[in-house]
Amino acid sequence: MIPPSFDYHAPRSLGEAVSLLASLGEEAKLLAGGHSLLPMMKLRFAQPAHLIDLGAIQDLRGIREESGTLVIGAMTTEAELLGSALVRSKVPLLAEGASQIADPQVRYKGTIGGDLSHGDPGNDHPALMLALDAQFVLTGPRGQRTAPANGFFLGLYSTQLAPDEILTQIRIPIPAAGTGWSYQKLKRKTGDFATAATAVLLRMKGTAVAQAAIALTNAAPTALRATAAERALAGKALDAASLAEAARLAMSICQPAADLRGDVAYKTAMCGEMTRRALQAARARAGT
Amino acid sequence: MAKLHNVAFKLNGKAVAAEVEPRELLIYTLRERLGATGAHIGCETSHCGACTVDCNGMSVKSCTVLTVQCAGADVLTVEGLERGGALHALQQAFHEEHGLQCGYCTPGMLMRAYRLLQENPSPSEAEIRYGMAGNLCRCTGYQNIVKAVQSAARKLAAKPAAA
Ligand SMILES: Cc1cc2nc3c(=O)[nH]c(=O)nc-3n(C[C@H](O)[C@H](O)[C@H](O)COP(=O)(O)OP(=O)(O)OC[C@H]3O[C@@H](n4cnc5c(N)ncnc54)[C@H](O)[C@@H]3O)c2cc1C
Ligand code: FES
Ligand code: FES
Repeated sequence: MIPPSFDYHAPRSLGEAVSLLASLGEEAKLLAGGHSLLPMMKLRFAQPAHLIDLGAIQDLRGIREESGTLVIGAMTTEAELLGSALVRSKVPLLAEGASQIADPQVRYKGTIGGDLSHGDPGNDHPALMLALDAQFVLTGPRGQRTAPANGFFLGLYSTQLAPDEILTQIRIPIPAAGTGWSYQKLKRKTGDFATAATAVLLRMKGTAVAQAAIALTNAAPTALRATAAERALAGKALDAASLAEAARLAMSICQPAADLRGDVAYKTAMCGEMTRRALQAARARAGT
Repeated sequence: MAKLHNVAFKLNGKAVAAEVEPRELLIYTLRERLGATGAHIGCETSHCGACTVDCNGMSVKSCTVLTVQCAGADVLTVEGLERGGALHALQQAFHEEHGLQCGYCTPGMLMRAYRLLQENPSPSEAEIRYGMAGNLCRCTGYQNIVKAVQSAARKLAAKPAAA
């Protein structure tokens, strides 16, 4: 399987990439790690006339801490996220999520920016970013703007990115010390997308939930923030009754697509179960 | 036809170049232009790992990498593992531990295991299984592959110069 013919461009700077994208227009697509785009091109689901490779742009790489925020270049790979002591210590939810994406080879190439820009509800970073309240920096010919993760994902393969914009940076507020976390992902085998998965960040006050963030992968045409479930938990102890209620409320917003991973009822039930497990695992890690 | 690109890179330590269309996948350049047929095409859909090669210190599936993305890269294939006619410790261990049957997955397994041991010279069994999870084998049941990687790790630790 060979992709359709296209012209290849490898700009060396972000400015050059922005002007190339503007001048080549909708015929062009950005190439990051290529591990969603090239498979789609092989299948003729995408047939861009031009690929603009972001691989040589140094400014799009790297992970740093900036006054309470973890700043990640869009071309940072999953392997780089996993290898980063900063990510592991400051935002362990991101490391736990990235470790469950695809397989080692894919993680050397796949980038966090590509995973988010692709707009695939089966991808894992969107729910992680929703739970973390991340902000995305988008750069285009009109300059830079910042878009919150919440509201960025519009539908299947559709995001707030305009066709002439590049996702350049992911900015994650570092969760307060003592915040519990978990990403629970049910998959059929290594390298598979989630049958259902739930990301949780949890702050406790004594035995009661102070604040919960819950986000769902592959439960609908976009990743979802389960706000009703979050609200229902506030002020409650995490016991069988409150867990069951949170799982029920998370399931109530699921609209998964039936496929080889399961039918709608099964996937919805698994979303409930992943939500329950993620809350329990986050609870075990949370300070009081 | 799209504009051709002359892509120069290093293959198993030697400078090579190929004139390719941008859509050409690395596995085809290796196999059909450069005569390096060690890396195999299994699925061509980024799932099986038979095409795994080492590129700039990363294990990559060469069916999902464009040759034009490898300009200036340092590429290592299974052909580059042996030194002066002697098998690499991993190759020797796959032989001794019966880590292959039909051999189709083996070049990819070896190249992935090579990078795994560079990054983690003494992996646990769980780390080997997690680190090799992008490579499928339809014959061995994986048990002897894990044993071979463990055995190679021990030998390399005893004789680091052979790495
Ligand atoms: C076998 C296999 C298993 C996988 N399993 C998982 C999994 O379990 N979970 C998961 O999350 N993903 C999975 N993936 C997808 C993988 O993580 C991809 O790498 C990721 O979805 C896309 O990132 P990329 O860097 O490869 O982007 P590309 O494939 O290069 O690009 C994807 C899309 O995003 C656009 N794009 C890329 N970067 C930018 C940018 N900076 N700004 C604007 N647009 C941009 C491209 O134009 C393209 O449309 C799997 C892939 C494979 C092949
Ligand atoms: S041939 Fe490349 S992963 Fe199967
Ligand atoms: S030895 Fe036959 S596929 Fe692995």
